[in-house]
Amino acid sequence: MHVQYIGRVRVAAAILALSLAPLAPAHAAPAPVTVKIDNFTFTPQVITVSVGTTVTWVNDDDTPHTVVADDHKSFRSKPLDTDDQFSFTFTTAGSFGYFCSIHPHMTGKVVVKPN
Amino acid sequence: MADSSNHKPDRRPDRRRLLECMAWAGTGALWTLSGGIASSISLDQAAAAGTRPAGGVTPFTFVQVSDSHIGFKKDPNPDARATFREAVAKIKALPSKPAFILHTGDVSQLSRDDEFDDADQILKETGVTTFHVPGEHDMLDEGGGKAFLARYGKDAKGDGWYSFDHSGVHFVGLITVKDLRAGGMGHLGPDQIEWLKADLAHRPSSQPIVVFTHVPLWVVYQPWGWGVDDSEQALALLRRFGSVTVLNGHIHQVLTKTEGAITFHTARSTAFPQPVPGTAPSPGPMKVPVEQLHSTLGVRSVRVARGHGPLALVDTTLA
Repeated sequence: MHVQYIGRVRVAAAILALSLAPLAPAHAAPAPVTVKIDNFTFTPQVITVSVGTTVTWVNDDDTPHTVVADDHKSFRSKPLDTDDQFSFTFTTAGSFGYFCSIHPHMTGKVVVKPN
Repeated sequence: MADSSNHKPDRRPDRRRLLECMAWAGTGALWTLSGGIASSISLDQAAAAGTRPAGGVTPFTFVQVSDSHIGFKKDPNPDARATFREAVAKIKALPSKPAFILHTGDVSQLSRDDEFDDADQILKETGVTTFHVPGEHDMLDEGGGKAFLARYGKDAKGDGWYSFDHSGVHFVGLITVKDLRAGGMGHLGPDQIEWLKADLAHRPSSQPIVVFTHVPLWVVYQPWGWGVDDSEQALALLRRFGSVTVLNGHIHQVLTKTEGAITFHTARSTAFPQPVPGTAPSPGPMKVPVEQLHSTLGVRSVRVARGHGPLALVDTTLA
């Protein structure tokens, strides 16, 4: 019974959160951030942004690279040839590790802070 | 091609010296391997040696090409197709026709159909069969390597690994570029290692083994990912054999290591060189003056003569 009660509270909280979401004040989108891919390195390797930030990776190398979330799902670029870029907007707070799936020793992280 | 004799190496090292220094040398050399012990003679000596049978067994030759990167067109090589054609010309000029060719991966630059098509078309001119294993550049299609597998891996197992026998030698093609993980290097995976275990289980330890794969099975340089995370599990299965030769590409330079009866040989690319480990900020195409490019590219021919005869590797540049 007790468990059921907690479950109901959680469901109610979730519904409340969903219903409030569209009412949140419309902030201007945070300034976009660029990560360079150069010399088989993501630069800066770790970035901290706020929710809603669009991050763009630009490949400056003569070698193709990818940008793939550590979980292989959250975000995943196609192979980026020289000068190609990939953008992703982070809509949830958290720490998102990523790597180049072609050269997996290349790693980076996006820390997304709540607004 | 008659040019191999017109571009003799600057230095003419003796067998032992060449073996020791082969790692970075831009010279043509013949590698021999007998009971797992490698030695080497110069390319000219190799040609002079002809087809003398050793141990009563008729020898055969096969060729390794690697890292053709068809589609690559940046500094230092504006046309990787052209240099691949030159590599094929070297193969056609070999004194004895190879039984087959092993391509140890990075056939293409971006896994495009036209890149694979052109590579196939060029290799076809050799008139012999080519066995492929993929490099990471061959896994860039939407299906993460399905295009490569459909083209080259019809008889392969799992993600593309396979083995075959030729004149008593057991050849094993391994996949080291599938399911790579953040922060890691090349990867074999438990399924493939399990398959390898079964594949080798009933073979006599006296049978010569040739393993070919893209990423080196020993850690050449971890900061650049030049190694395979779980290679030790595969090597453990190979240690009981008296003669194991591991051929790979990926690092675009000739490096050799001997570990007991296992010898490792990395191969040159036919497209562009990469830096010596740790001598540059990163791996990737090394810019060299145009007149030096061909001396950094090459093909390898391997001569197998069982019994007392050695298994011999000849690294020839495109210069």
